[in-house]
Amino acid sequence: MSNLLITPPPSRWARFWASPLGDSLRGNPVALVALLVFSVIVVLALLAPVIAPFDPYDPTQIDIMNSDLPPFWIPGAEPQFVLGSDDQGRDMWSAILYGTRLSLMIGLAAVALQATLGIAIGLAAGYLGGRVDSLLMRLADIQLSFSTLMLAIVVLAVTHAMWGAAVFDRYAVVAVIAVIGLAEWPQYARTLRATVLAERQKEYVDSARVLGFGPLRIMLRHILPNAMSPIFVISTVQVGNAIIAEASLSFLGLGLPASQPSLGALIASGFDYIFAGSWWITALPGGVLVVLVLVINLLGDWLRDALNPRLYKV
Amino acid sequence: MSLLSVRDLTVKFAMRSQTVTALHQISFDLARGERLGIVGESGAGKSITGFALMKLLSAPGYIDSGTIQFDGTDITQAPEAQMRQIRGNRIAMVFQDPMVTLNPVLTIGQQMVETLRAHRKLSRRDAQEIALTKLREVQIAAPELRLKQYPHELSGGMRQRIIIAMALLLDPDLIIADEPTTALDVTIQADIMELLLKLCQANKVGLILITHDLGVVSQLTERTLVMYAGRIVEAGKTREIINDPQHPYTQGLINALPQQTLPGQMLKQIPGAMPVLTDIPPGCPFSPRCAFALAECRRLLPQIMQQGSSEVACHEVNRLHSDLLLEEGR
Amino acid sequence: MKDTMTAPEPPLLELRGVEKRFALDQSLLERLRFRDGRLRMDRREVHAVNNVSLTVNRGEALCVVGETGCGKSTVARLVAGLLAPSAGEVRYAGARIDNQSRRDLAPLRRRMQMIFQNPYASLNPRMTIAQALEEPVRYHNPDLAPVDVRAKVLEVMQAVGVDPSWRDRYPHEFSGGQRQRIAIARALTVDPEFIIADEPLAALDVSIQAQVLNLMLEAKVARGLTYLFITHDLSVVQHFGTRVAVLYLGTVCELADTATLFAAPKHPYTRALLSAVPQMRDGMPDHIRLKGEIPTPITLPKGCPFETRCAYADQRCRVEKPRPQQQRDGSLVACHAVEEGRVD
Repeated sequence: MSNLLITPPPSRWARFWASPLGDSLRGNPVALVALLVFSVIVVLALLAPVIAPFDPYDPTQIDIMNSDLPPFWIPGAEPQFVLGSDDQGRDMWSAILYGTRLSLMIGLAAVALQATLGIAIGLAAGYLGGRVDSLLMRLADIQLSFSTLMLAIVVLAVTHAMWGAAVFDRYAVVAVIAVIGLAEWPQYARTLRATVLAERQKEYVDSARVLGFGPLRIMLRHILPNAMSPIFVISTVQVGNAIIAEASLSFLGLGLPASQPSLGALIASGFDYIFAGSWWITALPGGVLVVLVLVINLLGDWLRDALNPRLYKV
Repeated sequence: MSLLSVRDLTVKFAMRSQTVTALHQISFDLARGERLGIVGESGAGKSITGFALMKLLSAPGYIDSGTIQFDGTDITQAPEAQMRQIRGNRIAMVFQDPMVTLNPVLTIGQQMVETLRAHRKLSRRDAQEIALTKLREVQIAAPELRLKQYPHELSGGMRQRIIIAMALLLDPDLIIADEPTTALDVTIQADIMELLLKLCQANKVGLILITHDLGVVSQLTERTLVMYAGRIVEAGKTREIINDPQHPYTQGLINALPQQTLPGQMLKQIPGAMPVLTDIPPGCPFSPRCAFALAECRRLLPQIMQQGSSEVACHEVNRLHSDLLLEEGR
Repeated sequence: MKDTMTAPEPPLLELRGVEKRFALDQSLLERLRFRDGRLRMDRREVHAVNNVSLTVNRGEALCVVGETGCGKSTVARLVAGLLAPSAGEVRYAGARIDNQSRRDLAPLRRRMQMIFQNPYASLNPRMTIAQALEEPVRYHNPDLAPVDVRAKVLEVMQAVGVDPSWRDRYPHEFSGGQRQRIAIARALTVDPEFIIADEPLAALDVSIQAQVLNLMLEAKVARGLTYLFITHDLSVVQHFGTRVAVLYLGTVCELADTATLFAAPKHPYTRALLSAVPQMRDGMPDHIRLKGEIPTPITLPKGCPFETRCAYADQRCRVEKPRPQQQRDGSLVACHAVEEGRVD
């Protein structure tokens, strides 16, 4: 049983590949393709400033004369604009790269906010129980009954009324992150609370208590690491949801302005031209959005199966 | 002719990275009405043997080779339709946890009647009558009431009685009981064991009792198989095995019990632990833990051989016996 | 209940009339109930431990034995401070500990440790063996240098047969017996004098049980440990215990020296329990059959808790709770029939 082989420590990737998680990935071609597509999108988005031929944030690079150019496979395309251009003459390829970057950034940041809030609240509710639990969970119920959209409308209305549209546009990214982050923390809190309730029954928690450890130490050092699997699973799903939420808000004019092209803002900006022939302005970023969210959800599905404790040990 | 005859039964588990052998060429016979104990610790393969006999191994486990002759039928070759007739009807199974067998959303009566009507052409009323008779046989208090109750309304001991009543429902030839009393308290366990023994004797039902408890085996069975790491290491009359164990593992198992040492003294422990299936040592699988192991034991797998009244798979026992024979011959 | 020994120092552990009740219905709505045509507030409770008084003297191994639901694990958790008693007192070395805050109990935590039933659950699956063993040492000795922490852990590991090369591995890589060793090592890292062991062998195989029991015996001698040992296995009690308390429905029905109890059990329940243990002898032993099964601890019998199953029960047993009575051989038995000489 205990034959200790002295081998050089394998690389992180090799270890992951050999782990049960890597093993389940090898047996799941759909997840593997999803991971591949997701990685390509992320790399392209991160390298946007390097790859993109134009900077969509720079008004000097935009020429209205280049507006409404079709993508390359349609007659009338300009070789400069591979995927065509929008109504203001922005290069679609560059706009999509930057937009994807922005959407991903907002999605991740919003989820980080949700997770921080939700984990802290869920952990406290589950471990401390009693009144604290009741109070926090009612708070979660109230938060859930406000939809993301409603919260966004309130925030937008208030900020517009107080500081005007120009100030809001400047801080739109922060506002959207805050709105999505605040609206969805109960997802985390509820899941984590359920996990903590189950973990708290286990003897290792009793053992920590008998050793005299304090509640904060038990929560953070002992229970939280054992409650990470469901957090990973919801996180992937929530990143997808947050990206869609951002796109929806931007499309409705409650999110990012057209000058900051997130995927949602791009879709919105092209919406008026769909039937005027320039369908690509909406369809191309829309397609990217669908693919991005799809691969994230596929990865989430795989992760849920792979981290399922019942299937984990096989 | 024996009721059950198992020959060279080998069960394997196909894991993603490798195929492991859980049972190695198990052979044994069971006469009609005979009670056989299969003893071993967790990982010995005793429960897998039970499932293999019922052809209930679920993936990734499968019967690799060998035959299981049950009353003239080779179970390993029998199609699923035929197996469904054999299961329950001819061979019944009793598990450690009654809730595995009992459906929580049906009453005891519904479950017993369903089982009966699935195998026999019976009216509901007749089936209910048989169910009542069987419940009386297992000496359950207020059997009429039990028929109307749901499993969760009954205590653990009562559930296990009901499981035994359900096992007897179709008058099987053989009951395979996998740790039937392990989850019960000693006072209840004693009652259930007594009941099981009485019913098997009265109805001439064969019993394969799978357990880790030598005391239970000793009281219920006539013959015993001792298993270790997927192999039978000793087989023989239960009394002989308990009173005069041959294999060092059987000896160790019995000697390790607290009853075998004076209070407060160190117990005679076996060092180490049962190997996991993926890491079975070469030669005799018990050799790393065996006080008698020689180089030969670590290299060569001992074959199971008749030694006196028992069959034993041990080089050391073989050596002792051949020495004895030599001396007698002299 | 009087202590049989007139020891000059107070017993290491003392339970005085300890009770533990668990509320079954938590919320207000669950407590509302219709009865006799009226809406009433009602609170159903599980009476897990009822008026238990025990002492454990230094150097002893007191075994608490009983069947499922008799409250033996609850006793262990009450002593360990994982539960607070509903009534009564828990005293350790003369001082009351059941009403202290966690901070006040901190020094006690080093003196009293617990070993759990399920070695698959009692070790944090995300901590390496080294982390699990070093954490308590560091927590209780914040000034200790890292080298000394490692040295302490190494000493304990070697003492209980945990291979030091296991340091960086996780609990799931070990078998049940190895994990129980690690769990014992963890309890010993803080140098306790008193160990509460809650069914430490129940999840282990026969050959491994012997190893772990030997380890606990060794530690008892080498470190002068005192044990409160909770178990259902009478053969372990006979081997390990110096004294035994037999628990039935949360009540102590017999408390005696181990040898006395096994040689001359007095309470009808103790007798039934002892007679039911499967023996490796020919045929079935003629065990004492008990009527029915253990009643639920929600509605306790009014008189003796064992009355519903006892062959000797009479009218007095049905209405009056028996008190523990000192017997000639020093054992304490709570039974009217024994008191009146109706048994045997």
